[in-house]
Amino acid sequence: MPTETSAGPVIEVAGVTKTFAGVRALDDVDFALKRGEIHALVGENGAGKSTLIKVLTGIHTPDGGRVTRNGQISTIYQEVNLVPLMSVAANLFLGREPRTRFGLIDRTRRDADAAELLRGYGITADVTSPLGTLAVGEQQMVALARAVEADADVVIMDEPTSSLEPREVETLLEVVRKLHQEGITIIYVSHRMDELYRICDTVTVLRDGRNVHSGPLEELPRIELVSLMLGRSVGEIEKHGTTAFGEDHHADTRPVLEARGLTSTPRINGVDVSIRPGEVVGLAGLLGSGRTETAKAIIGALPLDHGTVFVAGKPVPRNVKAATRAGISMLAEDRKTEGIIPNLSVRENIVLAALPRLSRFGVISRSKQDRIVDTFVKRLRIKVSSPEQKVAELSGGNQQKVLLARWLCTEPRILLLDEPTRGIDVGAKAEVQALIDELAREGLAVLLISSELDELLDGADRLVVLRDGEVAGELEGAQLTREHVLKAIAAEVMDDAASHQNRHQNSHQNSR
Amino acid sequence: MTLPATKTDTKTATRTAARTRWLQDNGVYVAVVALLLFNAVFTSNFLTLGNFRTQLVQAAPVLIVALGMALVIGTEGVDLSVGAVMALAAAIIPLYLGAGPLLAILMALVAGLTAGAFNGFLVAKVGIQPIVATLALLVGGRGLALVIADGQLVQLHDPAFLALGTDDLLGLPISVLIAALLAIAIAGLTNRTTFGRQLVAIGDNRKAATLAGLPVNRVLVGVYTLCGVLAAISGVLATSRLGASDPADMGLLMELSAITAVVVGGTPLTGGKVRVLGTVFGVILMQLVRATLIKHNLPDSIAQMIQAAIIVAAVYVARERR
Amino acid sequence: MITQAAAVRTKVLQRQGAAVALVLVVAVSWLVFPRFGSLDNLRDLALQGSFLAVIALGMTFVIITGGIDLSVGSLYALGGVLAAWGSQYGFLVALALPLLVCGAIGLVNGLLIARTNMAPFIVTLASLLFARGLLLAITDEGATTYQIAPDSAFVELGRGTVFGFGYPIFIAAVLCVLGGLVLNRTTFGQNVFATGGAEQSAILLGVPVAKTKIRVYTVSGTLAGLAGALTAAYLQSGVTVIGVGTELDAIAVVVIGGTLLTGGMGTVVGTVIGVGLIKVIQNVINQIGTLDSNYQSVVSGVFLLVVVVLQRTLRR
Repeated sequence: MPTETSAGPVIEVAGVTKTFAGVRALDDVDFALKRGEIHALVGENGAGKSTLIKVLTGIHTPDGGRVTRNGQISTIYQEVNLVPLMSVAANLFLGREPRTRFGLIDRTRRDADAAELLRGYGITADVTSPLGTLAVGEQQMVALARAVEADADVVIMDEPTSSLEPREVETLLEVVRKLHQEGITIIYVSHRMDELYRICDTVTVLRDGRNVHSGPLEELPRIELVSLMLGRSVGEIEKHGTTAFGEDHHADTRPVLEARGLTSTPRINGVDVSIRPGEVVGLAGLLGSGRTETAKAIIGALPLDHGTVFVAGKPVPRNVKAATRAGISMLAEDRKTEGIIPNLSVRENIVLAALPRLSRFGVISRSKQDRIVDTFVKRLRIKVSSPEQKVAELSGGNQQKVLLARWLCTEPRILLLDEPTRGIDVGAKAEVQALIDELAREGLAVLLISSELDELLDGADRLVVLRDGEVAGELEGAQLTREHVLKAIAAEVMDDAASHQNRHQNSHQNSR
Repeated sequence: MTLPATKTDTKTATRTAARTRWLQDNGVYVAVVALLLFNAVFTSNFLTLGNFRTQLVQAAPVLIVALGMALVIGTEGVDLSVGAVMALAAAIIPLYLGAGPLLAILMALVAGLTAGAFNGFLVAKVGIQPIVATLALLVGGRGLALVIADGQLVQLHDPAFLALGTDDLLGLPISVLIAALLAIAIAGLTNRTTFGRQLVAIGDNRKAATLAGLPVNRVLVGVYTLCGVLAAISGVLATSRLGASDPADMGLLMELSAITAVVVGGTPLTGGKVRVLGTVFGVILMQLVRATLIKHNLPDSIAQMIQAAIIVAAVYVARERR
Repeated sequence: MITQAAAVRTKVLQRQGAAVALVLVVAVSWLVFPRFGSLDNLRDLALQGSFLAVIALGMTFVIITGGIDLSVGSLYALGGVLAAWGSQYGFLVALALPLLVCGAIGLVNGLLIARTNMAPFIVTLASLLFARGLLLAITDEGATTYQIAPDSAFVELGRGTVFGFGYPIFIAAVLCVLGGLVLNRTTFGQNVFATGGAEQSAILLGVPVAKTKIRVYTVSGTLAGLAGALTAAYLQSGVTVIGVGTELDAIAVVVIGGTLLTGGMGTVVGTVIGVGLIKVIQNVINQIGTLDSNYQSVVSGVFLLVVVVLQRTLRR
């Protein structure tokens, strides 16, 4: 039983600041981890969670502030950091193998020990088979067992359930509880409200690199937690809300894009989305709710179990090329790895997807190219010294505009924008948002994904809310308020506070 | 006190980075000029028309292979089978020479095309690492060539075919002329065509290229096929110059020479960039190094060790810092 | 579940595929060629295989770390020449010189690869060239072939026999057993697997990745030098023209033996079986007489291709 909770914090962070290439990832963050607790760490993409974890584990040295550690920390990442081709037992004991009298590794004992140990975690798989043959959940359990075996006092679990089946989630939570009982301190990073409220004692919410809330989880209603994660005060939203366009002139037009029953277990399950020409549909939901996956499914970059995408009533084959030809374009979330071609110039990045249309017999017309590039550089107000500048040298906002231009010059009918304003400065952000409005007004169908609720409420005509890979609600017109969205995301009825408290406490008792 | 220090550090770092980049981009040209100057002063009979002719004729087959290799390396790949493909081309020539040199050359090119397309298929469709996929043909290709040729060196007597290796056109050896034309064509292909730009984009960021809807597989197959055809052309020209089909020695270690020339010419092994002019100068540089060493009576052994050092130095300078 | 079944299939095919092929080839050869089963032929076969096995043993370690060593063919030849030259100063020099020099070149390979992040194949291609140059330098551009005095103890190392089986066979066998133990039963071996299996994870797991890489290339170079020394002892001279393309044979037998060219998985037993398979096929091709020896490399290439494609498709 964890009785030493009274002792000082295992980890204490005070006033920590960390900046990467001018971007402030952590801003004056305080964080204290009490011995024996399960501490939820939440926040949207880019809120600073991974940076904080890396500061805690010592991978990053903070620019300012103080970090005090009183224990051995071990991190279990979402992508299990073990060696898939080595046997389960070898992974478990790598570097700590039992020896024979001659100093050789005692494989018999190692395998027996491993089997015995893993039984405690509910794993009965053959420990001599390669780790990679186990299900992801089991692999995660092996990583967990390894961390505990290595005498970790603190285990950090980064999105441990994001790729698990429901049954595996249960087993994992069971093990987490067991570790908790054994006195191990756990930092649990997740966006799944249910899991958080079932097992966590304390919560820390990060937003834009700042700690916006730390405290007991019990006392924090779900809706407030979600609100803290998605940000900004209510007053600010109301002010913004009035500027949202009120016109609703698309009601009578037929949708140009219809996606039906998109399913790719375990990420998304039966998602329906339709967009009419000139309409901006927002995809709301927490990180891991299946937003990006839905967009990738529509563009054909995610293998599907079921589901069909129709453009103007015609089904589109499931590959990127066919989708592009049908008029779908996607601005990927990760600019660096999925967007820009860093060593090519701004010009070449812009025309990349439209090359076949700009060339005759495969030879590119330079004049056509220059004309298009010139048009878009002016129209999107891309700040470059010359179109021949390397795209890697541009600021984030300008890179994003280059990518937007790349898609616009293919003359798409449907534009999927995944976090288009992430990581770009405020001025550029407003410009990109204005541009999206402008494009929709010209008749483009736009799917907008954003972690910022304000951006969605501001920019979208209609919102599809996702939760755990399923559509949790569709909001339109008067329903487009912060409250409604939060309700849909948090999956609870706001005015039914009593039942909320009740469920909440029940779940907590279960966890003990 | 720490602040100014950091500033200086950053400045020094930027300066070092700029110098490295300049060296990556222009090192090969500087080296060629320096070597030419050195030879002009210290080597007798170097600045003669005859000598330049010899150097160019010797460099032409390497250049043709290196052009294809540059494209493959631009896609973040490598083709180890080029020497074996040259041997295959050499082995095929005598089989069809009886029916005329045109058919013989055509069949040799078809062999190169098939081999290249096969490599491309393994890389693009099956998803095997390029180094592994092309290794199989490196191991088996020369053996196949020797089986075809029955292990024999065959003297060739067709005058039209031999003219390819010995005659001049417009005052230049035909093989040099062909190499120059191919270099121009590949430069045009790389810089001015859809295929060329797609190739570079795929090598630079394959994920982004896929998401941009580029025909990744088709381009990869195309690149390896082209590399195979160029290797076959090189094999044909080298065979014609030799006056004999010699699959045992034809193109031996050519993959090494070609990769060296490409890398020395400033095309990074990490892909995303194809420097055709740099490759031409890379070939010329390695040829000049060899010629200089020979003219100064340095033995082959020293020449090989110096080449090894140049390769390591060039790759070291060209490597991307992580 | 599908992936699990596939994994099992992969495992069986990789572990047993080469063995099954070897048994089949040997059985057929035995029946078809009466001379194949003769003790003389088998002795000769084992002796021929032992030199390649020593080189391939080092290559197995390198490939499991996800690398490749193209310099071993040149180092093999260099080792032979050094041993022959050194034999005039006695047994110890004849044996130590090739091991030290080739090991040192391997060490440089490893240092360049581990410390500067240069691609293994280009670094070892350069040392292929370098070692060949060094060989030419010490043999008057290949004109001199150093002879080993027929009565010296060093010759005994290559030509001595037990029950007619040459010493090199036993040396190779002992080394392979040792290699297997090191690979599977020591920390170094586990580090080799971890380095090749998932380099980034290995670093996070505390595996000394750079040190492991440096060691495998040093081992590979040393073993290639040893194989050269044994060959020189057997041939009683430092032949300068051997070893061209031997690196490809070594890679081929390692891969045919089921070691993944992408690293992280492999066995010494598989490599030995691979050596057996290639040598038996070579032996048979020689016996057919009408086929020339070039078929052997074609067969190696085809084997290599089949194995690599199988590895890739079964892993999906």
